[in-house]
Amino acid sequence: MNAWIEKQKYLIDFTLASLARRKAKSLGLLLVYSLIVFLLASVMLFTHALRHAANEFLAGAPEIVLQRMVAGRHDLIPPGYLERIGRLRGVQEKQGRLWGYYYDPVVKANYTFMVADDRPLAPGKLVVGAGLARTRGVAPGNLISFRAYSGKLFTFSIADILPAKSELVSADLVLLSEADFRAFFDIPPGHYTDITLRVANPLEVRNIAGKLAQQFPDSRPILREEILRTYDSIFSWREGIVLALATLALLAFAILAWEKASGLSADERREIGILKAIGWETGDVLRMKFWEGALLSLSAFLLGYLAAYVHVFHFAASFLSPVLKGWAVLYPRFELSPVIDGLQVTTLFFFTVFPYAAATLVPIWRTAITDPDAVLRG
Amino acid sequence: MILQPAILALLLSSLLCIGLLLAATPYAIDLIRHWDLSSGSERQLLRERRTYLLSTLLAFVFATQLVALLLFVFNADRMASLFVGAMCAVGTLQANAFGFPALLAQILVFFLAAVWLVINHVDTHAPDYPLLRIKYVLLLCLLPFLLTAAVLQWRFFLALRADVITSCCGSLFSDAAPGVTADLAAAPPLPTMLAFYLSLALASGCALLHRQGLRAGYLVALLSAVAFAVTMAALLAFISLHVYEHPHHHCPFCILKPDYSYQGYALYVPLFVGTAAGLGVGAVQAFASVPSLQSVVPAVAGRLAGIAAAMFIAVAVVASLIVANSRLLLLDN
Repeated sequence: MNAWIEKQKYLIDFTLASLARRKAKSLGLLLVYSLIVFLLASVMLFTHALRHAANEFLAGAPEIVLQRMVAGRHDLIPPGYLERIGRLRGVQEKQGRLWGYYYDPVVKANYTFMVADDRPLAPGKLVVGAGLARTRGVAPGNLISFRAYSGKLFTFSIADILPAKSELVSADLVLLSEADFRAFFDIPPGHYTDITLRVANPLEVRNIAGKLAQQFPDSRPILREEILRTYDSIFSWREGIVLALATLALLAFAILAWEKASGLSADERREIGILKAIGWETGDVLRMKFWEGALLSLSAFLLGYLAAYVHVFHFAASFLSPVLKGWAVLYPRFELSPVIDGLQVTTLFFFTVFPYAAATLVPIWRTAITDPDAVLRG
Repeated sequence: MILQPAILALLLSSLLCIGLLLAATPYAIDLIRHWDLSSGSERQLLRERRTYLLSTLLAFVFATQLVALLLFVFNADRMASLFVGAMCAVGTLQANAFGFPALLAQILVFFLAAVWLVINHVDTHAPDYPLLRIKYVLLLCLLPFLLTAAVLQWRFFLALRADVITSCCGSLFSDAAPGVTADLAAAPPLPTMLAFYLSLALASGCALLHRQGLRAGYLVALLSAVAFAVTMAALLAFISLHVYEHPHHHCPFCILKPDYSYQGYALYVPLFVGTAAGLGVGAVQAFASVPSLQSVVPAVAGRLAGIAAAMFIAVAVVASLIVANSRLLLLDN
C-alpha cells in the first residue's frame, strides 16, 4: 500500500512540474474551467439561497388561508364567517386578517397595507418597511399623507421602520391600526380580507381544507405547503433553465478541453517519447495524465466555487440577479444567508468534472500510446 | 420537471455513459474475436493499445454509475417537496410507475459495475491480460442492464408531473398494506434482530477467515448477498423504528433526511461498499487458478475481504448505536 502511495506521490510531483513547464496552456485551461464552474455554481448557490429564504420566511406563516370568491375574484369575508367555521377539530386558532394594496402615484409603486395583530398601534401611527422608507425618504417621526380611494386625504406619522433584516418580505409593507385601516379603505366593521387558520398536525391540513371547502363553497383554502411547493418549483425551474442554457457553454468547454488535450506540442510528444524510452509504460503515462486532469479539475472546481460563493453572498450575485430575481419599483434589498448543500455540490461536480473527464479520455489515450521510436525519430 | 438541476446532471451522465459504451462495443467485439497475444501483427498491436483505452473508459463509466446511485437517491429525497402527499424519496419514486424499477435497476447496475471494476483491477495486474475476453464478454452482458437502467431513468424523469398526488412512505411500508414491503415491515423485531446480527457476523467472520488464507471466496460472496438482504429487512423491521422513535414508521428512506441527521447514509454507504467488496471476493475467486493470477488474486481478494469485513462490522456498530441511543423500547426486556 505504501509503495502505491509513494508511486502516486512521485507521479503527482512529476505532473505538477510538467504543468508548471507549460504555464500558459495550463493557466488558460484552468481559467476557462474555473469560469464554467463559477457560472454554474453561482446559479446554484443563488437559487438555493433564495429557496432557503422562502422556506424560512414561510415557516411562520399560517397553515391555511381562507379567501372568499365572488365571480371568481377575491372578495371580502362578510360578517359571520368566522363564527360559522365554529370548532373544527384540529384547528388551534382562527383569525380574520385585514390587508390590501394601495397604489402610490408619487413613486408609482404598490404598497401593502396591513393590520398587524401582534403589534398594537395608536391611531394615526404607521410602521413602514425599509424599502418604502428609502423610496419616499421618510424617517421615524415624519408625517406622510396618502389619498384614500374615497378621495379623502389621510395623514399619518411614522412610528417606526421595520428592520432591514426582514426586507425580503416587508419592503413595501405599511402596518397600521385596525380603525385607521377600516377608515382608509372604507371597510365596515365585521368584514375581513381573509381568514387564517393554524393547524398543529401537518397531516390534518388537507382534511381541514376539504371540510372548509365543503362548508363554504364560495371560498378557497390556500395551504402553506402549496405556496412552498410553488416557490420550490419556480426556483428550481428557473435554475434548470439557466443550467440548460449553460450546457451549451459546457459543450464548448468540452470541445476546448478535447482540443487542448489532443493538440500536443512537439515538446510534449518528445517528453512522452523520452519517458517511454526510459521505461514508462502506457499505464504510467495514463496515470500521469489522470493526475493532471484530477489536479486541474479539483483546483478549477475549488476556485470556481469559492469565486461563486463570494459573488453570491458578498456581491449579491450582481451578474445573475436580473435573470433570477425579477424586478419591481420597490425592490427589496436583501442579503442572502449563505447555504451550502451536499446535493448541489454533487450535482455541480457531475455537471463540470464529468464532461471534462469524458472529453479528455480519448486524447489522453492517444497521447499515452505514442511510440517512443516514432517521436524521437520524427 | 426535467429542468431540475440534479435530473439534468443524471440524464447528462447517463446519456454520455451510454454513448461511450455503445462506441466501445464494436471494439470490444473485435477484441473478443481476434485477440491473440502470441501474434505480433500490427492489428494485434493496435488491439493491445486499444485495451488501455477501453478499460479506462469502462472504469470511468462504471465509477460514474456508483456515484449516480447516490445522486439519484439524494435527488429523489429532495424532490419530495414538489409532490402533493410525498414526505420523502418514496413519494417521488411512487409519483409514476417507473420510479422504483429505476431505483432497483440502478442498484443492480451498482453491484454489477463494482464486480466488473474488481475483475478489471485484477486483470490489469497480470502481464498477459488473462481475463481480457471474459472482461469484454461481461461488458456485453452488462450493456443491456445499463441500457435498461438508463431507459427507466429517462421514463421516470420525463413522466414526472407535479400535479400527481403520490403516496407517503406510511402507506407503502405499513404493517397492514399488501405486498412484500409490508411483510418485511411486519416481521417480528426480535428474530429479525437476531438474524441481522447473525448474518453480519457470518459475513464478516467468513471474510476475515478468507483474508487469513482460507479459500472461501464464493461463500463470502454468498454471505455478503445474504447480509445485504437481511440488513434491508432489518432496516424495515426494527432499525428505522428506532431512528424515528415511532413503533409504526418503517420507511427506509426517511432516515436519509436531515431531520434524522442523515443517519441513513452512515448505514447505507458501508452496507453497499461492504456488499460490493464481498461480491468482488467471489468474482475474483473464479480466476484464482489462472497461472498468471496466482499471486494477484489472493492479494486482491484479501484486501477486498478486509474491506467487506470492516464495512459489515461498521453496519452492525452503527445499527447498535442507533438502537442503543433511541428512546423507543421495541422489546419488552
